[in-house]
Amino acid sequence: MSSRLFVFILPVVVIAIFWAMARRESKLAHDPTHKSFFERNGTSLGIVFILLVAFWALFLVTLPYLYMVVESFHPKLPPAQRGGPTDVLTIAQYKSFFVNPIDNEVNGTHIYAFVFSILASVAVTALNFAICYPIAYYMAQAGTAQKVRLLMLGLIVPYWVNEILRAFALRLLLASKGLINQMLMGIGLTETPIDFLGNNTGLYVGLSYAYLLVMVFPLYNAIESLDKNQIEAARDLGAPWWKIHRDVVMPYAKPGIASGCTMVFMLSAGSLAAPQFLGGPSTLWFTSIVYDFFFQSFNWPRGAAYAFILLAACIAFVMLMLRLFKVSLGETIR
Amino acid sequence: MSAGVELDHVTVRFGHFTAVDNATLDIKGGEFFSFLGPSGCGKTTILRTVSGFLDPSEGSVRIGGQDMSGIGPNKRPTALIFQNLALFPLMTVADNITYGLRVRGVSRAERDRKAQELLDLIALPDQGKKLVSELSGGQNQRVAIARALAVQPKVLLLDEPLSALDLKLRQHMRNELRAIQKQVGITFIYITHDQGEALTMSDRIAVMSDGVIQQVADGKTVYDNPDTPFVASFVGENNPFIGKVSKADATGAVIETPFGPLRGRNPKNLKSGDKAILFVRPESFALGKGAPDATLTAETISSAFEGNATHVFLKGAAVKNITMTVGRHGGAKIPGPGDKATISYDPAMGVVLAEGKMARE
Ligand SMILES: Nc1ncnc2c1ncn2[C@@H]1O[C@H](COP(=O)(O)OP(=O)(O)OP(=O)(O)O)[C@@H](O)[C@H]1O
Ligand SMILES: [Mg+2]
Repeated sequence: MSSRLFVFILPVVVIAIFWAMARRESKLAHDPTHKSFFERNGTSLGIVFILLVAFWALFLVTLPYLYMVVESFHPKLPPAQRGGPTDVLTIAQYKSFFVNPIDNEVNGTHIYAFVFSILASVAVTALNFAICYPIAYYMAQAGTAQKVRLLMLGLIVPYWVNEILRAFALRLLLASKGLINQMLMGIGLTETPIDFLGNNTGLYVGLSYAYLLVMVFPLYNAIESLDKNQIEAARDLGAPWWKIHRDVVMPYAKPGIASGCTMVFMLSAGSLAAPQFLGGPSTLWFTSIVYDFFFQSFNWPRGAAYAFILLAACIAFVMLMLRLFKVSLGETIR
Repeated sequence: MSAGVELDHVTVRFGHFTAVDNATLDIKGGEFFSFLGPSGCGKTTILRTVSGFLDPSEGSVRIGGQDMSGIGPNKRPTALIFQNLALFPLMTVADNITYGLRVRGVSRAERDRKAQELLDLIALPDQGKKLVSELSGGQNQRVAIARALAVQPKVLLLDEPLSALDLKLRQHMRNELRAIQKQVGITFIYITHDQGEALTMSDRIAVMSDGVIQQVADGKTVYDNPDTPFVASFVGENNPFIGKVSKADATGAVIETPFGPLRGRNPKNLKSGDKAILFVRPESFALGKGAPDATLTAETISSAFEGNATHVFLKGAAVKNITMTVGRHGGAKIPGPGDKATISYDPAMGVVLAEGKMARE
């Protein structure tokens, strides 16, 4: 009980501290021409604004997460025992990711799913970048305005179809009796159908496709502002096309590349639909495990712990990559 | 090493629009050659055709006697300095300068040596480690020149490289550019819409208008012996008098203008009855009477004292604007506004050309 109560009090305390600091600041550096928030908006309207924003920030954004954090440090208990003597703070849920509480063996299945999800997301990000960079470059620098508009439309319109329908459509294409296999067998490239879904091709294709726009637009934004003359200057100085991209375009677009890759990586690591519909039967995506804890075994604490392990790992990985490529976090959200 | 550049009946079209019309030129190796013309006349288009970013719709470009068709900009012995310089903002000054060497696989040590050599040439010996954003406009200008020179081009192409600089710096950089060209001895093809720049720096100038090359000659010839009304009116100040040739003889032609008959040289051998324009430069006029067919009377509008000279603006006989420049020597009395003034010129300083398009004011 006490720890859960603490969670609800914590944000209030933090806000109070910030408010006190702000008051002190405005007293110290008093600007007579500056009107205070209440002077500008009137007292009653000001109070309504503040309450609304506070409600949103506290109840809809901060508290749910904090609640989940706290939950993940508690044992799973039937409702009657919650807040009772057995409801103690524990790291058992986090430990259960590494050591299976049932047989005290290393939790191979979950660790494998975790590593696989991360690596597969890295692969998806790389694939996505390889597909999107030429598209973004074409749209930003090479294409004529009319063709670029058509291309953009072609990219955006498929996203009007909802995610599950899109995943199923891909599944139909890639299934062993699907269109692609029929075609391959028809022209005699293969005797037996290729199991695109079983070997996870479907998963990679589906995930890459799902987050195409998330990659294209940051890249496009970054490349678009590059002065064409710089590309021509490099070319004039004798650089072949790939050196122009390596030395001029990519360094310039680095913030966009970082932000696109970060988003695609985070989204695919946390995606649920595509892995479920397009992954092979033996493929276990980490988010599916989290999902099952919440909705199959109603083990919220363990689900929350797993979710935070994934979140922490993803953030750490992204930070590492940003550090490696010398991009600051601020640049990626420019 | 320098190389000459030949344009052989080069035409460049964008759709139905002809940006360069049948240009034929022979630029010699080691020459400082300028293209001079108003905005939009096709100067950049010519430069991009020489550097290989554009293919001529007709005709061919030869550099050092070799046909350049099918050879890309990265394979041509030219280096282009862009109107906005286009330095690489994420590289240091030294890396900018040696980028052309880097893509050619030159070793780091050799590149460092070359960077230092070029930094010395452009008088920025200690600035190699800085970013280009940390240099001034004039310094960046020189970095762009060094970057282009680093690849040892046979021809350097410069697209209005001084237009972004302020007046003082521009004049300083003119001398510097000329000095660098003398030092490295390669062909410079220089683009400008500033006639002062073209006249002071170039060995020869091509004056362009609407994609057509009007005249190719050295600065003095372009100024004193313009080939077309466009050249006469675009290069320097000039006073046009429009009329018909009434008499053509060995020493020149007389044309009937609103001011009566006026005489000038007749380099194009116009005949009696041809429509023509007489051009007389402001500094060719003097106060007072001269030869009867080289004297006119006009009303003074205003005058502007400019230190070394005074510009007097006159009108009369349906001609709205005549400019006369009076030097300080002689102590001539400048007519005041509204005064009638009689002015004259040496007929050898007037030039009669067939009627044609003039530069817009
Ligand atoms: N890619 C293009 N497509 C269509 N028209 C073009 C293109 N490039 C240039 N033009 C046209 O060709 C003409 C000449 O252009 P150019 O850039 O050579 O002019 P310029 O003499 O360099 O002018 P400025 O002094 O303003 O730089 C202009 O009328 C321009 O509109
Ligand atoms: Mg231009």
